[in-house]
Amino acid sequence: MKASFINAKAGKALRFSALAYSIALLLPPTLAAFAANGPDARSQKQEAKSSGQASQKRTYDNKEILHMLNRVSFGPAPGDLERVKRMGVEAYLKEQLNPSSIQQPEELEKICNVPALTESPAQLFLTYGRPALKAIATKSGSDNPADKKELQKALRESYQFLYEDTARARLARAVESPAQLQEVMTDFWYNHFNISVDKNLDHLWVGSFEEAAIRPHALGKFRDLLGATAHHAAMLFYLDNWQNTSADSPMAKGRKGRFQGINENYARELMELHTLGVDGGYTQKDVQELARVLTGLGLPPGAGGGFGNNNPAQRLKDAAELGQGDMSMQLQRRAQGRQGIFETGAAMAGKPDLNNKLGSYFDSRRHDFGKKLILGYRIDGSGEDEIEQVLTILAKQPATAKHISYKLAQYFVSDTPSAELVDKLANRYLESDGDISAILNTLFHSQEFWDSKAINAKFKSPYRYLISSLRATNGQIDNVKPSLGVLSQLGMPLYKCLTPDGYKNTKEAWLNPDNLLNRINFATAYGVGRFPGIKPNLRDPAAVADCLGPTLSDQTLDTVMSAPENMRISLLLGSPEFMKY
Amino acid sequence: MNRREFLKAAGMATASCFLPGFQAWAVESNSKTSSNKKLVVVFLRGAIDGLNVVVPHGDPAYYSMRQKIALQAPGSPGTALALDRDFALHPSLAALMPLWQKKKLAFVLNAGSPDPTRSHFDAQDYMETGMPGNKVASTGWMQRLLAQMPDNHSPVRAINVGSTTPRILAGPIAAATYAPSAKRRRAPIDRADISSEFQQMYKGRNDDLEHAFLEGIAARNTINTALAGDEMNAEMQAANGGALAANKFGGFGKQLGKLMHDEAKVQVAFVALGGFDTHVNQGNEKGQLANQLNVLGTGLSELSAALGPSFDDTTIMVISEFGRTAKENGNGGTDHGHGNLIWLLGGDINGGKLYGRWNGMSQKELYEGRDLPVSTDFRSVISSVIGEHLRLSQSQLEAIFPGFKFTDKSLSSIIV
Repeated sequence: MKASFINAKAGKALRFSALAYSIALLLPPTLAAFAANGPDARSQKQEAKSSGQASQKRTYDNKEILHMLNRVSFGPAPGDLERVKRMGVEAYLKEQLNPSSIQQPEELEKICNVPALTESPAQLFLTYGRPALKAIATKSGSDNPADKKELQKALRESYQFLYEDTARARLARAVESPAQLQEVMTDFWYNHFNISVDKNLDHLWVGSFEEAAIRPHALGKFRDLLGATAHHAAMLFYLDNWQNTSADSPMAKGRKGRFQGINENYARELMELHTLGVDGGYTQKDVQELARVLTGLGLPPGAGGGFGNNNPAQRLKDAAELGQGDMSMQLQRRAQGRQGIFETGAAMAGKPDLNNKLGSYFDSRRHDFGKKLILGYRIDGSGEDEIEQVLTILAKQPATAKHISYKLAQYFVSDTPSAELVDKLANRYLESDGDISAILNTLFHSQEFWDSKAINAKFKSPYRYLISSLRATNGQIDNVKPSLGVLSQLGMPLYKCLTPDGYKNTKEAWLNPDNLLNRINFATAYGVGRFPGIKPNLRDPAAVADCLGPTLSDQTLDTVMSAPENMRISLLLGSPEFMKY
Repeated sequence: MNRREFLKAAGMATASCFLPGFQAWAVESNSKTSSNKKLVVVFLRGAIDGLNVVVPHGDPAYYSMRQKIALQAPGSPGTALALDRDFALHPSLAALMPLWQKKKLAFVLNAGSPDPTRSHFDAQDYMETGMPGNKVASTGWMQRLLAQMPDNHSPVRAINVGSTTPRILAGPIAAATYAPSAKRRRAPIDRADISSEFQQMYKGRNDDLEHAFLEGIAARNTINTALAGDEMNAEMQAANGGALAANKFGGFGKQLGKLMHDEAKVQVAFVALGGFDTHVNQGNEKGQLANQLNVLGTGLSELSAALGPSFDDTTIMVISEFGRTAKENGNGGTDHGHGNLIWLLGGDINGGKLYGRWNGMSQKELYEGRDLPVSTDFRSVISSVIGEHLRLSQSQLEAIFPGFKFTDKSLSSIIV
């Protein structure tokens, strides 16, 4: 059936133009493969299923392999189909689920070797934070207007520098990394634990958050991932926990300043968004009790912990109580460049560990040491260890297993996943102690994942749309700014979702008239090589068409073949089929 | 029958079963009475602190619970602006005072959702579907409202300012979406040769992508025409060069107002503004919330002005998912609460008044001892307003808010 479809297309093409003829010549490998994989593949598959050993004996046709590539990666790149056919679907999945074995291209490692990703949150604060920039900008330590202007400029530049380095690395990896599933899951978990670059100090830490808290655990244990996010400076700042203080603690009583009482923001989202889910059975009382457990978990003084404190005397006093000078005050006095700042950092390394990649700091003087009761579990007041206890409790809850499983099933299979699939994944979660690779392995071998109804049934998010366009055309990003602009225009600015629930992953959220036309505008400009900052290295429409494979409709193919030559890639990338995956 | 017609028919099922041709007749009748009536909904995401918008300065409990963030009683320069004896408006909303004085602005106190959730995302969903507690509702109440309004076949019947489809407009009738921006550049799809290639590829598929594509092309032409003109761009840029630059929605009012003024067929519009989740350092007369209110107040005032004579036919409703704690928290902010304000502006609003039930802020009056109660269901407020403003029948209101019995007639005088 496929073979006849191809031949008919090829015949039609021949009738139209010489260029179409060349397409017809280029199409056959894929088409021939369809033909070879046609009815035989199907009968083999059925046999494998009935024998109950689907995973060993199953074979896959091109349509299925492309479907798998669409979901496990950010979309097939030229050559991916052939590679998977050579190595086999099983071997490919195994490789993707164990990314440590995958060699990264040197070029990519270079792009990712930038301070925004490699330095600790404290180091980033001490190098690019306001006090450091102020020390450099205001040589005399005065507040005259020229110095203020200079400082504003330095702040803007440091924001842009860190943001663009982080975004360049993220997009380059998403497009080029051979460890695609690792990148897909990094995007998934970043959204799950979303923070925004536009919340004050988080502009310093978004890259570190992704690099130190998310990416290393993206296919590991959920408990480790949860722990890393809970101890990362960026999360503690974003959801305000760095100020969460017991009102009866020595730091709150009779003092002025920001550490005066409970802030339940992080406690609520930790249960609602990160673990149990909104229907996970917790109460307002549980939120309040969890907020008490989390009191004191914040940022090191001098490296973010005094953010925005406009009372230098109080700041100095607080810092002195910890047995060290106030970093930002020192910086201002010294009015030195970066090197000086690092020396100061090294001298301080005794108390809070400024090189810690996560960058949290537990201040027991702000902690509530009373007994707590959370979800029926009694937590005795022991300080920092209480936090580890509750994170373990939360990670082990069946409600958490279900919540995470639902999100994975929705992301990888269908906007409305079946209860059976969610249950299957939740069981795997509980059996494997929240082993993300194990859960995904179950998902990738589920009947629902391979169901023909699932193929091309998801609507791409703007991020996936951009990345898959680049992958299908061997696109390379020379200047990251225009790509970031497209993501903003399409409603998905990178690292800038303001709310902690992250971006949605459903057609309902992303399919609307303006958004669709803006994708088409991008596809048109990019396809003809006139989109700034990125170039499609692959100019052969037939090879791009191969990435879409058999889901490409006659109508689309007809339009592409009869269109002017320079429009063909644009039309393929702007086609209804390419909006889906 | 296409899906749009089906949706409309479903809402009128009781009558249409025995009255052939009823649908057409109803549309005709509606178009006579309410063809020019418009509704704008502004959603303040993140739960705005209503207690610092309309300030109950007459209540001593307000001051004892909010030592850092309370606003002072009206009287001195820079303090809140008196609305009546006990309540005053945040000074950053000074731009709205002329509307209050002209009796075109009203507030409903202690309104909200009967659902107790303090989750932003659930509460927003409930307020947008109009079905609190229902987790599977897939269409929004503005979408169901559109189905009850006469179909004027305009691609810009519904306007959504933003980049994504909000739940409130989710459903088969596509909303024309545009992102607020200073410049609307000519794009590839505005070229006839490119557009026709894509038309050939999208047309006739009979699916949601074709639908979106065609609606998009039609809406784009209309919006491009309406928002063209250098005068507009210059104005917008001036606005962005000023204090509003910090907020990307600065200027939303002018653009939307101009569009609705020039394009008579706009029936509903939706704008969502973020940044109201003030857990930390929210400030009082000055500060974080004050800055946000400045943008909002200016936007609403500019929207009202840009509507011109259409303001008389327009109701603007400002809602937020829930209120915030009556007491300030440990960080000069407020946490998630329950009851909140609903703001109403428009030509036929019986304004200059505060509506709703207010029993003060003493401990025994607070919901769960910490939040303002919800004394008026948000659906009662919306039903009271749109029922009169858009001339909708009880059964039409029931189609918009399925399962909700609109019996609270305490707001029946809210529309002139």
